[in-house]
Amino acid sequence: MTPETARLRTKTWICAVIVVLTQVFGNFFLKRGMPADLPSALDYITVLFRPWVALGVTLLVVWLLSRMTLLSWADLSYVLPVTSLGYVLVAFLGRWLLDERITSKRWAGIFLIVAGVSLVGCRSAPQTWKSGARS
Amino acid sequence: MTWVLIAIIVASTSVGEVLQAIGMRRHGEICDFRPGALGRAASTLARNAVVIGSVVAMAVSFFAYLGLLSFSDLSFAVPVTAVTYVVETVLAKYVLKERVNWLRWVGAALVLCGVALVSL
Repeated sequence: MTPETARLRTKTWICAVIVVLTQVFGNFFLKRGMPADLPSALDYITVLFRPWVALGVTLLVVWLLSRMTLLSWADLSYVLPVTSLGYVLVAFLGRWLLDERITSKRWAGIFLIVAGVSLVGCRSAPQTWKSGARS
Repeated sequence: MTWVLIAIIVASTSVGEVLQAIGMRRHGEICDFRPGALGRAASTLARNAVVIGSVVAMAVSFFAYLGLLSFSDLSFAVPVTAVTYVVETVLAKYVLKERVNWLRWVGAALVLCGVALVSL
Protein backbone atom coordinates (compact mmCIF):
# COMPACT_ATOMS: atom_id res chain seq x y z
CA MET A 1 0.00 0.00 0.00
CA THR A 2 1.54 3.33 -1.04
CA PRO A 3 1.33 6.34 1.35
CA GLU A 4 -1.24 7.89 -1.02
CA THR A 5 -3.63 4.91 -0.88
CA ALA A 6 -3.13 4.61 2.90
CA ARG A 7 -3.96 8.31 3.32
CA LEU A 8 -7.05 7.98 1.11
CA ARG A 9 -8.21 4.89 3.00
CA THR A 10 -7.88 6.51 6.46
CA LYS A 11 -9.68 9.63 5.31
CA THR A 12 -12.39 7.48 3.69
CA TRP A 13 -13.00 5.46 6.86
CA ILE A 14 -13.19 8.52 9.14
CA CYS A 15 -15.65 10.19 6.81
CA ALA A 16 -17.68 6.96 6.38
CA VAL A 17 -18.06 6.60 10.17
CA ILE A 18 -19.48 10.15 10.38
CA VAL A 19 -21.83 9.40 7.45
CA VAL A 20 -23.12 6.20 9.10
CA LEU A 21 -23.58 7.65 12.61
CA THR A 22 -25.37 10.82 11.48
CA GLN A 23 -27.68 8.76 9.23
CA VAL A 24 -28.55 6.26 11.95
CA PHE A 25 -29.21 8.79 14.71
CA GLY A 26 -30.92 11.19 12.30
CA ASN A 27 -33.39 8.48 11.27
CA PHE A 28 -33.84 7.36 14.84
CA PHE A 29 -34.76 10.81 16.17
CA LEU A 30 -37.01 11.37 13.15
CA LYS A 31 -39.00 8.23 13.92
CA ARG A 32 -39.09 9.10 17.62
CA GLY A 33 -40.63 12.48 16.91
CA MET A 34 -43.10 11.41 14.19
CA PRO A 35 -46.81 11.48 15.06
CA ALA A 36 -48.97 8.45 14.17
CA ASP A 37 -50.10 9.96 10.86
CA LEU A 38 -49.88 13.08 8.73
CA PRO A 39 -53.40 13.89 7.48
CA SER A 40 -52.76 17.10 5.53
CA ALA A 41 -49.95 18.59 3.44
CA LEU A 42 -49.44 21.34 6.03
CA ASP A 43 -48.66 18.69 8.68
CA TYR A 44 -45.57 17.74 6.66
CA ILE A 45 -44.21 21.24 7.37
CA THR A 46 -45.36 21.72 10.98
CA VAL A 47 -43.94 18.35 11.98
CA LEU A 48 -40.45 19.72 11.20
CA PHE A 49 -40.74 22.01 14.25
CA ARG A 50 -41.18 19.19 16.75
CA PRO A 51 -37.93 18.98 18.80
CA TRP A 52 -37.05 15.34 18.02
CA VAL A 53 -37.89 15.76 14.34
CA ALA A 54 -35.81 18.96 14.20
CA LEU A 55 -32.85 17.16 15.80
CA GLY A 56 -33.27 14.29 13.32
CA VAL A 57 -33.37 16.71 10.40
CA THR A 58 -30.24 18.53 11.67
CA LEU A 59 -28.35 15.24 11.86
CA LEU A 60 -29.55 14.30 8.37
CA VAL A 61 -28.23 17.64 7.07
CA VAL A 62 -24.81 16.77 8.55
CA TRP A 63 -25.24 13.34 6.94
CA LEU A 64 -25.86 14.91 3.54
CA LEU A 65 -22.83 17.22 3.82
CA SER A 66 -20.46 14.50 5.07
CA ARG A 67 -21.67 12.17 2.34
CA MET A 68 -21.03 14.84 -0.30
CA THR A 69 -17.52 15.29 1.12
CA LEU A 70 -16.93 11.53 0.92
CA LEU A 71 -18.23 11.41 -2.66
CA SER A 72 -15.80 14.16 -3.67
CA TRP A 73 -13.09 11.48 -3.78
CA ALA A 74 -14.67 8.05 -3.32
CA ASP A 75 -16.64 5.98 -5.86
CA LEU A 76 -20.43 5.83 -5.52
CA SER A 77 -20.26 2.04 -5.95
CA TYR A 78 -17.90 1.97 -2.92
CA VAL A 79 -19.74 4.49 -0.73
CA LEU A 80 -23.11 2.73 -1.17
CA PRO A 81 -22.28 -0.69 0.30
CA VAL A 82 -19.91 0.65 2.97
CA THR A 83 -22.40 3.14 4.37
CA SER A 84 -25.12 0.45 4.37
CA LEU A 85 -23.73 -0.59 7.76
CA GLY A 86 -26.17 2.04 8.99
CA TYR A 87 -29.07 -0.35 8.25
CA VAL A 88 -27.69 -2.79 10.79
CA LEU A 89 -27.34 -0.11 13.47
CA VAL A 90 -30.87 1.13 12.72
CA ALA A 91 -32.26 -2.37 13.30
CA PHE A 92 -30.50 -2.57 16.69
CA LEU A 93 -31.64 0.91 17.72
CA GLY A 94 -35.21 0.01 16.69
CA ARG A 95 -34.98 -3.05 18.93
CA TRP A 96 -33.37 -1.45 21.96
CA LEU A 97 -35.03 1.92 22.07
CA LEU A 98 -38.31 1.65 20.13
CA ASP A 99 -39.14 -1.94 21.18
CA GLU A 100 -39.41 -3.17 17.60
CA ARG A 101 -38.84 -6.89 17.19
CA ILE A 102 -35.88 -8.42 15.29
CA THR A 103 -37.08 -11.72 13.84
CA SER A 104 -34.76 -14.52 12.69
CA LYS A 105 -35.31 -13.38 9.08
CA ARG A 106 -34.12 -9.93 10.05
CA TRP A 107 -31.05 -11.38 11.77
CA ALA A 108 -30.23 -13.28 8.55
CA GLY A 109 -30.68 -10.05 6.57
CA ILE A 110 -28.40 -8.17 8.95
CA PHE A 111 -25.76 -10.87 8.51
CA LEU A 112 -25.91 -10.59 4.69
CA ILE A 113 -25.60 -6.78 4.85
CA VAL A 114 -22.53 -7.02 7.10
CA ALA A 115 -21.02 -9.61 4.72
CA GLY A 116 -21.61 -7.30 1.74
CA VAL A 117 -20.11 -4.32 3.55
CA SER A 118 -16.97 -6.13 4.64
CA LEU A 119 -16.45 -7.56 1.15
CA VAL A 120 -16.47 -4.11 -0.45
CA GLY A 121 -15.03 -2.09 2.43
CA CYS A 122 -12.03 -4.24 3.23
CA ARG A 123 -11.11 -5.67 -0.14
CA SER A 124 -11.74 -2.89 -2.62
CA ALA A 125 -10.01 0.48 -3.16
CA PRO A 126 -12.27 3.49 -2.48
CA GLN A 127 -11.47 5.15 -5.80
CA THR A 128 -11.30 3.67 -9.31
CA TRP A 129 -12.47 6.39 -11.64
CA LYS A 130 -9.29 8.48 -11.51
CA SER A 131 -6.98 5.64 -12.47
CA GLY A 132 -9.66 4.46 -14.93
CA ALA A 133 -9.59 7.83 -16.65
CA ARG A 134 -5.82 7.73 -17.06
CA SER A 135 -5.63 4.32 -18.67
CA MET B 1 -49.97 3.75 -0.81
CA THR B 2 -46.93 2.16 0.84
CA TRP B 3 -45.56 0.88 -2.47
CA VAL B 4 -46.26 4.14 -4.34
CA LEU B 5 -44.24 6.02 -1.70
CA ILE B 6 -41.47 3.42 -1.92
CA ALA B 7 -41.35 3.79 -5.74
CA ILE B 8 -41.08 7.59 -5.41
CA ILE B 9 -38.36 7.21 -2.76
CA VAL B 10 -36.31 4.77 -4.85
CA ALA B 11 -36.51 6.83 -8.06
CA SER B 12 -35.74 10.19 -6.46
CA THR B 13 -32.96 8.81 -4.25
CA SER B 14 -31.18 7.12 -7.17
CA VAL B 15 -31.35 10.22 -9.37
CA GLY B 16 -30.35 12.48 -6.46
CA GLU B 17 -27.35 10.42 -5.39
CA VAL B 18 -25.98 9.95 -8.90
CA LEU B 19 -26.30 13.72 -9.51
CA GLN B 20 -24.57 14.28 -6.15
CA ALA B 21 -21.67 12.05 -7.18
CA ILE B 22 -21.38 13.82 -10.56
CA GLY B 23 -21.43 17.24 -8.89
CA MET B 24 -18.84 16.33 -6.25
CA ARG B 25 -16.56 14.72 -8.80
CA ARG B 26 -16.60 17.87 -10.90
CA HIS B 27 -15.77 19.87 -7.78
CA GLY B 28 -12.80 17.63 -6.97
CA GLU B 29 -11.45 16.03 -3.80
CA ILE B 30 -11.95 18.00 -0.58
CA CYS B 31 -8.53 18.04 1.12
CA ASP B 32 -8.68 21.09 3.38
CA PHE B 33 -10.92 20.53 6.42
CA ARG B 34 -10.41 23.91 8.11
CA PRO B 35 -13.76 25.71 8.66
CA GLY B 36 -12.95 28.57 6.26
CA ALA B 37 -12.00 26.22 3.44
CA LEU B 38 -15.09 24.07 4.05
CA GLY B 39 -17.24 27.21 3.95
CA ARG B 40 -15.71 28.25 0.62
CA ALA B 41 -16.27 24.75 -0.79
CA ALA B 42 -19.90 24.88 0.42
CA SER B 43 -20.51 28.24 -1.24
CA THR B 44 -19.01 27.00 -4.54
CA LEU B 45 -21.16 23.86 -4.35
CA ALA B 46 -24.31 25.86 -3.56
CA ARG B 47 -23.97 27.46 -7.00
CA ASN B 48 -23.35 24.17 -8.80
CA ALA B 49 -26.46 23.31 -10.87
CA VAL B 50 -25.90 19.53 -10.64
CA VAL B 51 -25.59 19.72 -6.84
CA ILE B 52 -28.76 21.85 -6.64
CA GLY B 53 -30.58 19.26 -8.78
CA SER B 54 -29.41 16.48 -6.48
CA VAL B 55 -30.62 18.34 -3.38
CA VAL B 56 -34.05 18.87 -5.01
CA ALA B 57 -34.33 15.15 -5.84
CA MET B 58 -33.26 14.21 -2.32
CA ALA B 59 -35.78 16.63 -0.81
CA VAL B 60 -38.54 14.85 -2.77
CA SER B 61 -37.23 11.55 -1.46
CA PHE B 62 -37.07 12.93 2.09
CA PHE B 63 -40.71 14.05 2.19
CA ALA B 64 -41.90 10.78 0.64
CA TYR B 65 -39.84 9.05 3.34
CA LEU B 66 -41.44 11.14 6.09
CA GLY B 67 -44.83 10.04 4.77
CA LEU B 68 -43.77 6.39 4.83
CA LEU B 69 -42.30 6.65 8.34
CA SER B 70 -45.53 8.06 9.73
CA PHE B 71 -47.31 4.70 9.30
CA SER B 72 -44.63 2.01 9.08
CA ASP B 73 -41.92 0.58 11.33
CA LEU B 74 -38.48 2.15 11.16
CA SER B 75 -36.98 -1.31 10.70
CA PHE B 76 -39.23 -1.78 7.64
CA ALA B 77 -39.03 1.73 6.14
CA VAL B 78 -35.25 2.12 6.18
CA PRO B 79 -34.25 -1.23 4.68
CA VAL B 80 -36.92 -1.45 1.99
CA THR B 81 -35.60 1.69 0.35
CA ALA B 82 -32.28 -0.08 -0.22
CA VAL B 83 -33.45 -1.32 -3.62
CA THR B 84 -31.58 1.83 -4.64
CA TYR B 85 -28.31 -0.09 -4.09
CA VAL B 86 -28.68 -2.14 -7.23
CA VAL B 87 -30.17 0.71 -9.28
CA GLU B 88 -27.32 3.00 -8.23
CA THR B 89 -24.56 0.43 -8.75
CA VAL B 90 -25.79 -0.01 -12.34
CA LEU B 91 -25.89 3.78 -12.77
CA ALA B 92 -22.38 4.07 -11.22
CA LYS B 93 -21.03 1.71 -13.87
CA TYR B 94 -22.78 3.19 -16.92
CA VAL B 95 -23.26 6.85 -16.01
CA LEU B 96 -20.29 7.53 -13.70
CA LYS B 97 -17.99 5.06 -15.55
CA GLU B 98 -16.72 3.53 -12.31
CA ARG B 99 -14.93 0.21 -12.52
CA VAL B 100 -17.41 -1.98 -10.70
CA ASN B 101 -15.46 -5.21 -10.08
CA TRP B 102 -17.04 -8.49 -9.02
CA LEU B 103 -16.49 -7.71 -5.32
CA ARG B 104 -18.71 -4.66 -5.60
CA TRP B 105 -21.43 -6.50 -7.55
CA VAL B 106 -21.41 -9.29 -4.95
CA GLY B 107 -21.38 -6.70 -2.14
CA ALA B 108 -24.35 -4.80 -3.62
CA ALA B 109 -26.23 -8.08 -4.21
CA LEU B 110 -25.60 -9.23 -0.61
CA VAL B 111 -26.81 -5.91 0.74
CA LEU B 112 -29.96 -6.13 -1.42
CA CYS B 113 -30.71 -9.71 -0.28
CA GLY B 114 -30.06 -8.69 3.32
CA VAL B 115 -32.39 -5.75 2.99
CA ALA B 116 -35.08 -7.93 1.40
CA LEU B 117 -34.83 -10.38 4.30
CA VAL B 118 -34.93 -7.63 6.90
CA SER B 119 -38.08 -6.11 5.43
CA LEU B 120 -40.11 -9.28 4.63
